[in-house]
Amino acid sequence: MSTPLLKVADLTVRFRTEKGTIAAVNGINLELQRGQVLGVIGESGSGKSVTLRALLGILPPRKTQISGAITLDGRNVLSLTKRELSKYRGGEVSMIFQEPATALDPVFTIGQQITETVMRHGATTKAKARARALEMLDLVKIPDARSRIDNYPHELSGGMRQRAMIALALSTGPKLLLADEPTTALDATVQIQVILLLRELQRELGMATIFVTHDVGVAAEISDRIAVMYAGRIVETGTASDVLKTPRHPYTNGLLTSTVIGARRGETIDCIAGMPPDLAAMPQGCAFAPRCPLATTECTAAVPMLKKSGADQFVACIRQEADGRHAA
Amino acid sequence: MSIVNSEGPQTATPISSLPVTVMPRSVGYWQSVWQRLCKDKVSMICLISLILIICASFAAPLLTSYDPAIGSVIKRLKPVGTEGHILGTDELGRDMLTRLLYGGRTSLIMGFVPVFLALLIGGSLGTFAGFVGGRVNAIIMRTADVLFAFPSVLLAVAIAGALGAGVGNALVALTIVLVPPMIRITESATTQVRALDFVEAARASGAGNLTIIRVHVLGNILGPVLVYATSLLSVAIIMAAGLSFIGLGAKPPTAEWGLMLNTLRAAIYSQPLIAALPGVFIFIVSLSFNMLSDGLRSAMEVS
Amino acid sequence: MKPAEKVRIEPALEAISLEKTFTVRGGLPGSAAKKVHAVSDVSFQLQPGTTLGIVGESGCGKSTLARLLLQLIEPDAGDVLLDGSQILQTRAGLKAYRRQVQMVFQDSSASLNPRLTIEQSIIFGPLIHGVDKESARTDAHELLTQVGLEPTLYAGRYPHELSGGQRQRVNIARALALRPKIVIFDEAVSALDKSVEAQVLNLLNELKAKLDLSFIFISHDLNVVRYIADNLIVMYLGEVVESGSVDRIYENPRHPYTKALLASMPSTDPEERTHEAPIVGDPPSPIDLPQGCRFAPRCPSAEAVCTANAPAHDPVGAEVVRCHMADPVSGHSLAGQSS
Repeated sequence: MSTPLLKVADLTVRFRTEKGTIAAVNGINLELQRGQVLGVIGESGSGKSVTLRALLGILPPRKTQISGAITLDGRNVLSLTKRELSKYRGGEVSMIFQEPATALDPVFTIGQQITETVMRHGATTKAKARARALEMLDLVKIPDARSRIDNYPHELSGGMRQRAMIALALSTGPKLLLADEPTTALDATVQIQVILLLRELQRELGMATIFVTHDVGVAAEISDRIAVMYAGRIVETGTASDVLKTPRHPYTNGLLTSTVIGARRGETIDCIAGMPPDLAAMPQGCAFAPRCPLATTECTAAVPMLKKSGADQFVACIRQEADGRHAA
Repeated sequence: MSIVNSEGPQTATPISSLPVTVMPRSVGYWQSVWQRLCKDKVSMICLISLILIICASFAAPLLTSYDPAIGSVIKRLKPVGTEGHILGTDELGRDMLTRLLYGGRTSLIMGFVPVFLALLIGGSLGTFAGFVGGRVNAIIMRTADVLFAFPSVLLAVAIAGALGAGVGNALVALTIVLVPPMIRITESATTQVRALDFVEAARASGAGNLTIIRVHVLGNILGPVLVYATSLLSVAIIMAAGLSFIGLGAKPPTAEWGLMLNTLRAAIYSQPLIAALPGVFIFIVSLSFNMLSDGLRSAMEVS
Repeated sequence: MKPAEKVRIEPALEAISLEKTFTVRGGLPGSAAKKVHAVSDVSFQLQPGTTLGIVGESGCGKSTLARLLLQLIEPDAGDVLLDGSQILQTRAGLKAYRRQVQMVFQDSSASLNPRLTIEQSIIFGPLIHGVDKESARTDAHELLTQVGLEPTLYAGRYPHELSGGQRQRVNIARALALRPKIVIFDEAVSALDKSVEAQVLNLLNELKAKLDLSFIFISHDLNVVRYIADNLIVMYLGEVVESGSVDRIYENPRHPYTKALLASMPSTDPEERTHEAPIVGDPPSPIDLPQGCRFAPRCPSAEAVCTANAPAHDPVGAEVVRCHMADPVSGHSLAGQSS
C-alpha cells in the first residue's frame, strides 16, 4: 500500500480547566489513505470533535497543549508556522460543521464567501473565483444555483445551507475533508440527501474524509473504515462492516445493542449502564472498565493498547483473545 | 442545603441503578459567586474601602467630637496635619475630617436611596413588562424611552430645578432619572428568562404568574440587575454631588461632598489639598462601585 | 363513566380537530401579515395505558401540538377531552387538568431552573397544588429513587452539576411529581447520547407499567418511536397525513410521505447502503401553503388532482391516510391500488 495521506501518531490534546489539566484526546494513532472515508463514532466527551479540531489546527494555543505528530502528505502539521497554517486550513484541509447557520457568516452572500475563500487560496481573478463558486453550488446540487449564489445564508433552508457549506469547504479542492456531525441537525429526509451527496462528491473528487458522528446508521452509510472513541482514546477500529457486524470491544458492542434499531416494543433494551467518565477524574486502567460487563481486576491495572484482532480489526481490550472471541 | 430525611435512609432499590460516585458538596449559585468574587483582588479592595467609608460615615459621632456645622473664625483653612485637625479645617474653620464623614452620610444616602427606589419601581415595572409582553410591554417601554431621550444629567437638573433645592427634591429627581434604565435592564433580563423551558414547565404544573415570577424569574434576573444597580450607584453618587455643587441638592450648612467642593472653591489656591479632599472621596466611592460591578459581573459569568 | 352504556373505553386524552394559526408580521412596515398554519385539523385518541407516537420533520407542528395539549396556548378551534370530558377553561379547571397532564422537554438544562436544587425543582409542582412540604419532599426522594438517582446524593445538587442524562431523569421525576395520568415527551431523548438514550427509554417503559401512565411521545427519530409507541400519527405541515398502529405503519406505510420518511432512515449495514434519496428538497415553510394536498410539491406520485384539491379523510377514525391514492373515488390514477 502507498504511504498514507494522513498519519496521526500518539496525538494527545490537553486542556487547562478550572479542575486542572484534562486530556480530551489521549494518545490516538490514525492512518488514512487517499480517498478513504473514516467514520469516527463516539458519545459526547469522547474526544471526537477535539481530534478534528486538532487536525485542522484551530485549537486555541493558549489553553491547549498538543503533543504527538500529525503528518499530512509528508508535512508535520503541528510545526507549521502561522502563515503556513492559514494556507493549510481551508486549503489542504477543510471542515464542515453541524450548524451551518453559525458556521456561515450572516452578513455575506454565499457567493461572496466562496469567492473570497477561493481567492485566498489560489490567486485567481475575481471572475474566475465566482465561476468556481457557481460550479461548486451546481456540484452540491443547489437548484437554480445562478440565482442562489447571491442569497444570504438566512434566505436558504437548513438543507440548502448545509449544501452551501459543503460547497464552501470543497471549493479549494482540499485533500482532506473533516466533517463534524454535518447531518445531525437536519431532518430525516434531508439528512439522507446530504449523506448521499457527500458520498458522491467524495467519490468524484477523491478527497479523504473523516466523518464524526454519534449515529451508527450515518456512519454505516458513509464510512469505509470506522474508529470508535471512548474517553479520549480509540477503543476499536477496522473496516466498517467488521466493526459494525462483529464488534469486538465491549463498548462498541454495547453501543450497537443499545441502539433501539430493531428492538421489540416492551422489551428492555440491552444498554450500557452508567455514563462516560469525567475526564478530570479518569478511572485507573481501562476507562470503560467501570461500565463493562466483562471487567475483571486485571482491567484496572493498565490502559489496554490497540491490538490486532481478526484480519483488519484492532481492539483495545485485554479480555479479547487473538481469535476474536471474548475471553469470558 | 441540607436534606431532611424524615424516614431514615432510603431503602428502595433503584430500578435502573447507576454506579454510585462520591461527589463534592454542592455549592449554591450565590455562594459560588461570592467565592469567585473573594478571589478577585481588585473587587475585594473596592469592597473593603467601601465598607470602611460607609461604616466611618455612619459612625461619625463616635469617631469625632467636633460638630460639623460649628466652626471657629480663627481656625480657618488650617492645613492638613494641624494638631487636633488631622485633615485641616475648611473656609469657616470647621474640622474637615468631621465634615467629610458627615458629608459622606448625605452623599451616600443621596446615592443609595434613588438607586434603591429605582430598583423597586423600575425593577417591578420592567419585570412586569417583560413577563406580560404584548401591549402592556409596549406602553411601559415606550414611556421609559421618552424619559431616556433626555440626557440624564440635564433631566436631573431640570427636575430638581423645577422642584426647588433640597435633599428630598434631589432624591426625587435622581430617582426619576434612574428608573428608565432600570426598567430596560430588568425587562430584557425577564424576556430572556421567560422564554426558557422551565418557566413553561412551571406553568404546565399549574403555577400562577405571581408564583412563577417569584420562584423562577426573580432568582434568575437578580444577577444582571444587581450588577447594573451597583454600577448605577457610582453614577448616582456623582450626579447627587453634581446637583449639590450647583446648589440644587443639599443646602448649607449641611455637610455634603458636592456642596463642600463648591464652598471650598475659593480656597483652591491657598489650600489646594483641602479643596480637593471631597472630590477625592467622591472619586474613590464612585470608582469602587464601578469596579465592584465589573468584578461581580465576571464572578457571575461562569455558570 | 356509565359502564352499561359505553361500549368503548374512553380515551385518556382526545384531540378533536385542533387548529392553530400564528400571525407573523411582514418584515417591512405596511407589508401584509402572514399566517403560519402550525396545526390544522388534528384529531387523535390516546387510549389509556398506551403510547402515542407523533413523528414529523421541522415545521410540521408537533411542538405546537404539544403546547396545545398542555393548554399552554389556546387553540383557534377544536377541543381537547380528558377522559371524555371537556376541560373547564377556568383557573381551577386548568389547574386540575395540569395535574393530570405533564410534559418533559427536549432541552434538559433549559427546563430546570438553574437557581433551584433538584429537590426544590421537583417539589415545586406539588407545593402549588397544596401538598405539604414534608410529604412533597418524601415523595421527591421516592421519585428520585425511581428514576435511578440516589436521593441522598442528588437531591441537594444544582442542575449544572449533573450530566444531560441525569438532568433528563430529574425532569421525568419532576413531571411525575404531580402523579399525572398522561405524560407528553417533546423530543425528550433526542439530545442524549445513544447509550444514555437507551437507559432512559428503558426507564420510561418501567415507569409506565408501574405507575399506570399513558404517554404521548413526540420525536423525529423513527427508531425510537417504533420502539416505544403503540400507535402513531405522522404529521406534515401541520396536518396528520397518516395514523394507525405502529406495526401497521412501519410494515405497510400508505401515505407517500410516510414511505419517504421510513426510507430515509440510514441503513445500519455498510453493505446495504441507501442508494437514492426517497424525496428531494427540504420540508417547505408552513407560511405559504400549497394549494390542494400539502405534500404534492414533493410527492413522487403527484397528479393534477393533488394540486387541485385537498384529499378527504375520515376525521375521527383510528386509521387516517390523507392521500388521494387511498381514496378510491378521488380521481387519482393510482387510487385504491396501494395498501
